[in-house]
Amino acid sequence: MSEHIVTSFDDDLKELARRITEIGGLAERSVDLSVRALMEVDIAAARKVIEDDKRIDDLQREIEEKAVLTIARRQPMAQDLREVMAAIHIATDLERVGDLAKNTAKRVIAIGGQFQPQKFVHGVEHLAELALEQLKDVLDSYVSRDLDQALMVWRRDNEIDVLYTSLFRELLTYMMEDPRNISFCTHLLFCAKNIERIGDHATNIAETVHYVVTGIALTDERPKKDTSSLTSVEYKEG
Amino acid sequence: MNDVSTSSLAAAATATARVTLVDDEPTVKVKAEDVNVYYGDKHALKSVSIDIPERSVTAFIGPSGCGKSTFLRCLNRMNDTIEGCRVSGSITLDGSDIYDPSLDVVELRARVGMVFQKPNPFPKSIFENVAYGPRIHGLAHSKADIEEIVVTSLKKASLYEEVKDRLAEPGTGLSGGQQQRLCIARAIAVSPEVILMDEPCSALDPIATAKIEELIDELRANYTIIIVTHSMQQAARVSQKTAFFHLGVMVEVGDTDQIFTNPKDKRTQDYITGRFG
Repeated sequence: MSEHIVTSFDDDLKELARRITEIGGLAERSVDLSVRALMEVDIAAARKVIEDDKRIDDLQREIEEKAVLTIARRQPMAQDLREVMAAIHIATDLERVGDLAKNTAKRVIAIGGQFQPQKFVHGVEHLAELALEQLKDVLDSYVSRDLDQALMVWRRDNEIDVLYTSLFRELLTYMMEDPRNISFCTHLLFCAKNIERIGDHATNIAETVHYVVTGIALTDERPKKDTSSLTSVEYKEG
Repeated sequence: MNDVSTSSLAAAATATARVTLVDDEPTVKVKAEDVNVYYGDKHALKSVSIDIPERSVTAFIGPSGCGKSTFLRCLNRMNDTIEGCRVSGSITLDGSDIYDPSLDVVELRARVGMVFQKPNPFPKSIFENVAYGPRIHGLAHSKADIEEIVVTSLKKASLYEEVKDRLAEPGTGLSGGQQQRLCIARAIAVSPEVILMDEPCSALDPIATAKIEELIDELRANYTIIIVTHSMQQAARVSQKTAFFHLGVMVEVGDTDQIFTNPKDKRTQDYITGRFG
């Protein structure tokens, strides 16, 4: 897109996009670190995630203020208006992603001293890999305004949903096998839910990218494969 | 439409209204097809076609010299008064050709009123400014009739409360915003169906502008309004339909909501986002 007659308007928009990239990088790093903290029961890493979340919250607020100022000062239209609205939406999604990573980190601290068979966490690790890839791809699609990549992220979320549902069943089974697993598995289940939610935020961002590029909201129903709310595992006596 | 008392015009309009009830499409008040305007050798307006819906606000936007005011002036044949100006194509009002040689241009301009960029009240009293039109058009037969028209028009133009105690004072003594509302009252007084506004707020402060915009919003219940404006925000605020002109061409026309959030043409996008030049 060619530049504005008023060049400081371009500066405003570039600054907004730059801060989105920054908050995106921070959110990505926090998710990654929170999952590693979970895998390795690394309390120090968990504390760092909690600490870093403040910066993410601050950045989200700064982006919102900057966007409000840009609207007041420039009265953006068309593509510019969509850019500014997108910055607000994406920053909100990323701030939520940061909160979810922080929640996982808090659980790592809570389960710090408990007995933790490694096989329990493998499923969660795989789930996190998928979610991180989604987050990374959608942020790339925002930077490069790549509609195809955004749509790919949007469609791929069902993989996370399917995996989450099977993980849900798996963890319930462990709990039934041995009640001593219940505390750890419940925390793990919440962590898995956090990660699944991160995937949802990635698809929200994909929808926002679609809107920025085309001016049209994605209204088609996304394929939903998270059926954990309908899932039960039968308890067998003995 | 009640203002048209006689003739086939009214019948044609009623017929159109009936058809649209079935189709659920807005009635077309003014229809332009392939309109070209030349000032001598200069081809100022190139093949403009547009349907202007009844009882709504249509905004024309575009950079200076793009042809939007030229086109606006075609709609009540104001270009007739310009030497060397030639208009081709067809413009109809309620289905009747406004360039029909047998048409009375004075009557046309009563039906299609105009408000200009700079308020231009007559050097007469506030009362006489509004009473002048109805009197020369023979719309009032008694002093009581005239008084009623003046008061109603001033009320419709949201000016009455501010001037009711000084109707005999000169119109030129009012503030800029009040003068512009006086000009709108003057236009309304002859019961027009269409009101053309050529940058009606460009000489006004924000408060006076807001009052005119509020007034435009009220007037569209009864009149078809076409406004030329340089303020994109104003077009976005007051109009339902927006047409973008550039270099004598009408580049894009659409619902205002769409034009300002998701224009289809790159030239429209560049203009409204401030990337022209």
